[in-house]
Amino acid sequence: MSDTIDLNIRIDHLTRVEGHGNIVVDMEAGELTQCKLEIVEAPRFFEAMLEGRLFTEAPHITCRICGICSVGHTTAALRAAETAIGFSPSRQTVQLRKAMLHAEFIQSHILHLYFLAAPDFLGVGSVIPLAETHKDVVKRALRLKKLANDACAVIGGRHVHPISLVVGGFTKLPTVEELQGLRDTIVAALPDVVETVALFKTLEIPHFLRKTEYISLKSDEEYALYEGDIYSSYGVMLPPRRYRHVTNEHVLDHSTAKRTRTAFGTFMVGALARVNNNFDQLSEGAKAVADELGFKTPCFNPFMNNVAQLIETRHCIDDLVAILDDLIATGIVDEIPDPQPKAGRGVGAVEVPRGILYHDYEIDAEGILTQVNCIIPTGQNLSNIEADMRELVHEVIDEPKDQIALKLEMLVRAYDPCISCSTHILDVEFV
Amino acid sequence: MAKPRIAFFDFACCEGCQLQVINLEAELLDVLDHVDIVTFREAMSEKSDDYDIAFIEGSITRASDIPRLEKIRENATVLIALGACATIAGVNALKNRRTPQENLRIVYGDDGDKFETFPVRPIDQVVEVDYYLHGCPIDKNEFLEMVKALLMGTAPKQWTSAVCVECKLRENECVYDLGRLCMGPISRGGCDAICPAYGNSCEACRGILPDANIPSMVEVLKAHGASEAEIERRFTNFTAIDKLVQEMEQPQ
Repeated sequence: MSDTIDLNIRIDHLTRVEGHGNIVVDMEAGELTQCKLEIVEAPRFFEAMLEGRLFTEAPHITCRICGICSVGHTTAALRAAETAIGFSPSRQTVQLRKAMLHAEFIQSHILHLYFLAAPDFLGVGSVIPLAETHKDVVKRALRLKKLANDACAVIGGRHVHPISLVVGGFTKLPTVEELQGLRDTIVAALPDVVETVALFKTLEIPHFLRKTEYISLKSDEEYALYEGDIYSSYGVMLPPRRYRHVTNEHVLDHSTAKRTRTAFGTFMVGALARVNNNFDQLSEGAKAVADELGFKTPCFNPFMNNVAQLIETRHCIDDLVAILDDLIATGIVDEIPDPQPKAGRGVGAVEVPRGILYHDYEIDAEGILTQVNCIIPTGQNLSNIEADMRELVHEVIDEPKDQIALKLEMLVRAYDPCISCSTHILDVEFV
Repeated sequence: MAKPRIAFFDFACCEGCQLQVINLEAELLDVLDHVDIVTFREAMSEKSDDYDIAFIEGSITRASDIPRLEKIRENATVLIALGACATIAGVNALKNRRTPQENLRIVYGDDGDKFETFPVRPIDQVVEVDYYLHGCPIDKNEFLEMVKALLMGTAPKQWTSAVCVECKLRENECVYDLGRLCMGPISRGGCDAICPAYGNSCEACRGILPDANIPSMVEVLKAHGASEAEIERRFTNFTAIDKLVQEMEQPQ
């Protein structure tokens, strides 16, 4: 019986996640006295860094918040800055940005699925032993990752801290030939995606359910990644500028990353939230992946976030091909970005691999950033992860301690937390 | 000969330089044939204090970082600064414009006193660094060259010419001719002028060359219409920590 159980778990500097976090669980006589994900990453103060800089510098500074979601931060910064100055980018610019963002989703999801999550399911500590025992699997993962990085290189110069994406458009445009070459490479990689689905079908996802509020962007036009309104699975819809109604950031002693909660309590953002909220808008190929992996909405199992990432990988590949086809058909038109400063405030709400990312900028008439706030997906998920941890501990309490610890690690990893991002929270209170 | 044992560590950074290592998709398996990676928290659960070469990403931003870095220095035979945050403090140094108390208040409000922070330092202000891999992010091929040199027992190439040199070799149109400002003339190269090649300006993410002619650079920027504030921003994007820049700011 759990009411006689004592349990102490402490996992310092959790591995195979981006950034530094500790798992701490203490149970005394069956009562949970501590159950938390401590965030011990060094804070970097991006908000303070940005104040006083020019609005056109924001994308290149904020992409340095995170190497993995570098394109995501760039995109949120571009959209916040352009909204603030009242600039509407051309259709070509938006299509190219969407292509970059899709490629980042593929790169990030593949990295997480193969390098960070899969070793748990295969009983190894990392992908390195797999290079010996499952060489084909590792080679496939590297091929898919390379594909996404190559796409970013063609369009934006590179994936980690892209170069040519600027406020107003692009400093260098890809040629139609380059886009055609990219398209052919992506189509040729589809068998690798099919094999990835086959691999994940053989992995046993832990069964754990907890009813959760899912928040994502939503759009009438498409499966919302680049833009949309804020949508909660509990039926709330808000324009991006009212994001503070869902985030409600607050500070806890044990975390250099701030926390968030809605009126309903904790909530989840990320692949599972998006697939749950916008399933009907996925590509047919992605829906087939969902079917094959037994994914049904609404899915309340956070471990299924891994499966949702795989569904999205297929969606992003299908949609990336569609975007490239469109750009190839219309041709690339030379455009010179020339954004002019104008006083205003803009919120850029963008889906990045781990959930909604908000950048909120206030700009003066000279184009200087006077107030900046960024809210990172993992910061929004932290309280929900802890709520899941509390419930999970009670469910698996009769298992051996090392199994409980492994399940907790797998749970945290399933969220694909980006801790170095989440502490780089930049906050000022708007009155 | 036993394979060298390599470890990766990070302090305040975006982990993008470690990601660049994982981004060596075509070469990663070959690298693993020649070295043993024994610690790499971002990618693996195994860890060890027994290593020959330590790659350090990130800047030092709080007192508790120092003993951790000193311990790594003690364990490692060769210590390499990986990327701009480690080599020159990178964008992190932007926060040094304000006091730690001010930064804490701006970001955490009244809760600021819960956390520790001090002015950012590159890692060679705390421990001795053997080699530098510059850039934000690092160039993955330069990382490969570094590993190759270490395996061969030769000194890794440390770049001493300006970005302009590679930019000309690449036959890029000069960024100034495109009507934009650029730090290429005084910035450390080795990046193959990738930013100008994609139509953007050099932002000096590899730092300013030790023999750079700063007054002349300031004149060039002025001649192309840069205001005092603009010049200040150009010199403090990645190089806010730079000694030369600090000297330049001292009244003559």
